[in-house]
Amino acid sequence: MRAFLAALLLLGAAGAAAVEPGERLSDPALEARARALSQELRCLVCQNQSIDDSSAPLARDLRLLVRERLQAGDGDAAVRDYLVARYGDFVLLRPPVKAATLALWLAPPILLALGAAIAFVAFRRRRRAPMAAAGLSEAERARLAELLADRPDPDGSPHTGGPPGGGGR
Amino acid sequence: MRRLVYIVPAVVFALIAAWLLAGLGLDPKALPSAMIDKPAPDFALPALGDVAPPLATADLGGEVALVNVFASWCVPCRAEHPLLMRLAGEKGVPIYGINQKDKPADATRFLAQLGNPYRRIGVDANGRVSIEWGVYGVPETFVVDRAGRIRYRHVGALGPQDFEPLLAMIERLRRS
Amino acid sequence: MIVELGHFALALALLVALAQGTLPLWGAGRGDRRLMGLAAPAAVAQGALVLAAFAALTYAFVVSDFSVALVANNSHSAKPMLYKVTGVWGNHEGSMLLWVLILAVFGAAVALFGGNLPPRLKARVLAIQGLVGVGFLLFLLATSNPFLRLDPAPADGRDLNPLLQDPGLAFHPPMLYLGYVGSSVAFSFAVAALIEGRVDAAWARWVRPWTLAAWCTLTMGIALGSWWAYYELGWGGWWFWDPVENASFMPWLVITALLHSAIVVEKRDALKGWTILLAIIAFSLSLLGTFLVRSGVLTSVHAFAVDPERGVFILALLIVVIGGSLLLYAVRAPALAPGGLFAPVSREGALVLNNLLLSTAAATVLVGTLYPLVLEAVNGAKVSVGAPYFEATFVPLMVPLVVAMAVGPLLAWKRADLSGAMGRLWIAAAAGILAALVAAWLSGGRPVLALLGIALAAWLVIGAAVDVAERVRLFRIPAGASLSRARHLPRSAWGAAIAHAGTGILVAGAVAASAWKAELVEVVPVGGEVRLGGYTYRLERVDSVPGPNWRAEQATVTIRSGERTVATVHPEKRFYPVQAMPTTEAAIHTLWVLDLYVVLGDPDGKGAWTMRIYHEPLVPWLWIGAAIMAAGGLLSLSDRRLRVGAPARRRLPAGAARA
Repeated sequence: MRAFLAALLLLGAAGAAAVEPGERLSDPALEARARALSQELRCLVCQNQSIDDSSAPLARDLRLLVRERLQAGDGDAAVRDYLVARYGDFVLLRPPVKAATLALWLAPPILLALGAAIAFVAFRRRRRAPMAAAGLSEAERARLAELLADRPDPDGSPHTGGPPGGGGR
Repeated sequence: MRRLVYIVPAVVFALIAAWLLAGLGLDPKALPSAMIDKPAPDFALPALGDVAPPLATADLGGEVALVNVFASWCVPCRAEHPLLMRLAGEKGVPIYGINQKDKPADATRFLAQLGNPYRRIGVDANGRVSIEWGVYGVPETFVVDRAGRIRYRHVGALGPQDFEPLLAMIERLRRS
Repeated sequence: MIVELGHFALALALLVALAQGTLPLWGAGRGDRRLMGLAAPAAVAQGALVLAAFAALTYAFVVSDFSVALVANNSHSAKPMLYKVTGVWGNHEGSMLLWVLILAVFGAAVALFGGNLPPRLKARVLAIQGLVGVGFLLFLLATSNPFLRLDPAPADGRDLNPLLQDPGLAFHPPMLYLGYVGSSVAFSFAVAALIEGRVDAAWARWVRPWTLAAWCTLTMGIALGSWWAYYELGWGGWWFWDPVENASFMPWLVITALLHSAIVVEKRDALKGWTILLAIIAFSLSLLGTFLVRSGVLTSVHAFAVDPERGVFILALLIVVIGGSLLLYAVRAPALAPGGLFAPVSREGALVLNNLLLSTAAATVLVGTLYPLVLEAVNGAKVSVGAPYFEATFVPLMVPLVVAMAVGPLLAWKRADLSGAMGRLWIAAAAGILAALVAAWLSGGRPVLALLGIALAAWLVIGAAVDVAERVRLFRIPAGASLSRARHLPRSAWGAAIAHAGTGILVAGAVAASAWKAELVEVVPVGGEVRLGGYTYRLERVDSVPGPNWRAEQATVTIRSGERTVATVHPEKRFYPVQAMPTTEAAIHTLWVLDLYVVLGDPDGKGAWTMRIYHEPLVPWLWIGAAIMAAGGLLSLSDRRLRVGAPARRRLPAGAARA
């Protein structure tokens, strides 16, 4: 129970929300970059929050650090590398693409392709299978379905109950 | 062949379940350090009054040492302090302190009350050097070897159960 | 005494569930009608017993009986009555009891309203429901007993976390659980069908209302949670891709897919094996969500008590329920008769695309949520998978889905004319382009992707209207005839169109809120003014205001646009002494196309306060869209054809067609 409360206390601390007035940079372009960067950096001591959203002291320190480095002329990648060198990949909310995260990044396209392939194969196999496995013709089936339906098909679509049990393999 | 497709969901679930089981044994709050086996970061911090000399990168190395991040406002620091006193006093382990985001007067009083285990203390007023070390919070303790590399990091207060393992590690590093 | 009775009722419910889970199943296998007949009364009895246990716990909260450990830890005598009641489920044990209650009540509902289910199917469905109940009642009694006493009883309680003392969050968990646990009915039907070895159109019609009910409540539950986060957490965020949010979102995606694939089973007798699998997965993901939230394997701001013992128990339960059903699936699903044929371009084809995209989206969320855990278990490396990952992978899947959502309903079953359907959607395409142009004009043309999002939203809303217009043959037959057709259009058709339009509105809200949020953070002295996007905010004063169990600093802020006063709002900073916890109460003035979101920050000690002001465009559309989606679902649920009792009247034709 205490852990539950502790977890919620963290949430409570989060409730007070992020960037303080004094932190912002006067250069709007640089400030915009700092915000964008901050949103992809994890507040390490809170869970699942970016340093931009968190009011934890470490988050604030990191926000200031990000801004200082940007002002010193660092590129976005350099700032990220700086923090990764000290806190590991854990600090990045967008995991870097590398061997350990390849599966993570490739999973969505591979799953999509796999699903599409299965659907495609199923369609192909079905099409090759004889259409009229049962004794009735397509028209007869439609007529039968019409007779059996207790009212016209609500969707106004061409067919109700098609050839169930049709596509024999 | 076609039947095999239907087993896939069960297999996928078995994998997920195995990972979840493994996951139960992990502590999601355990935070790894990216600094292990890296040289201690480049820093130079001012001294805490005349309590102890200042601390900089050059002071590390040569001897196996602990670097302890502490603050007087941090409650767990008080809890681990006796252990640091024992390590420094009984075992002669060199301990260097990084005093994070503290008022110098408070820190001085803290050490006057509880004793000073630190050979050197660097005042990290804005927490920037702590970030250089990859510190999440206070207290944290690092073991630095003779080559000045970080070999181990402990998050949170050191407890009595940490005393022997820590000492053993220091002994091992001293010999290597 | 009442508390002990509650405890006793819960133990009795376990025995009843055990009987409900075993005897009818055995009876169904042997064709023993007497044993099968036990299922319905047992399910009703189990529902009543768990309800009694829940009432007993609620009573303990209402009268602030602090000798009950749960009440002492989560309530306080000074708490408003509403939150005493909602505090029942503001903790692990109580929320688990609510979970079990909903499970048992769903079982009882199937028993009461499923009068015309074939007895064998009904016995099996209720038995499966009973077996799931056994697992969770055991879990409750063994590891999370809500009725434990404290001796001596403390003088007062520790209070409920203030963030949970809120109307939005008070009703978020029951809604969410109705959705989560509601999917158990589809699961029980799926497992029963696997045991029977038969899935047909009638089966799909029986499952559909339960699935639809689960979908509606889950939609509302997620929307309520998001709304709560939006107004309570104080920075105007509404979705964080947090593991716990994902845990509720995955079942939603799968249930949405299931709703659509069940249509194909019902109308065309196809996709049967797949639909069964979706029904199993939907409930499995609900269980997984329960595990993730309560076992502590993932860190989340919302996580409940971290207790490895409970984690092990739930995981064991997961393995039995999910593993068992998936093994049964592996054995029995190949024997399901293959269904009707259709061309790729057809209504069925569109629904397959819908299923492909929705299930890939669900799998993506699952991979992203579990990946840190898996990687750490494999090689000890820690990574974070946060919002940027989910946005990068989820959004590309949703774009084709939204495009297809407008087209699908216009396609004929079996084989359709795609160019014809596209032709009829010209007005939706035109609306999309127009909306994008308006958005470009308003926003200065950036970001381009957001303009695309707005175009898609308009396409979908108008596309849904085109769907209805086509069905009533608007402008092609006399208006009166169209009106008559509209009246006779089945409610499920109206429901689908309305739900799709609601999705379009939600998409517009999500896109605009992500792309065009404006914010201002400033230290403002009392009497000072700040400006943001044409509105002037004047901090009139800050007062100390007492509440029932909190103290607040309450600001008075006047919002003006030019000379006109738009609103006077009162953002607060509250402090709850019992839990020593501050909260931020943002003041939100909604203009329906824009929320003016004002937060009072910290004082600087010199008479000035930090003020955060956010302009949140179209955010209200998120909740409006979700509400419209749920309303569409409810309308569809009220369709005579799909009503729980209705299938009996259709059984004969469906059966005859099968012959």
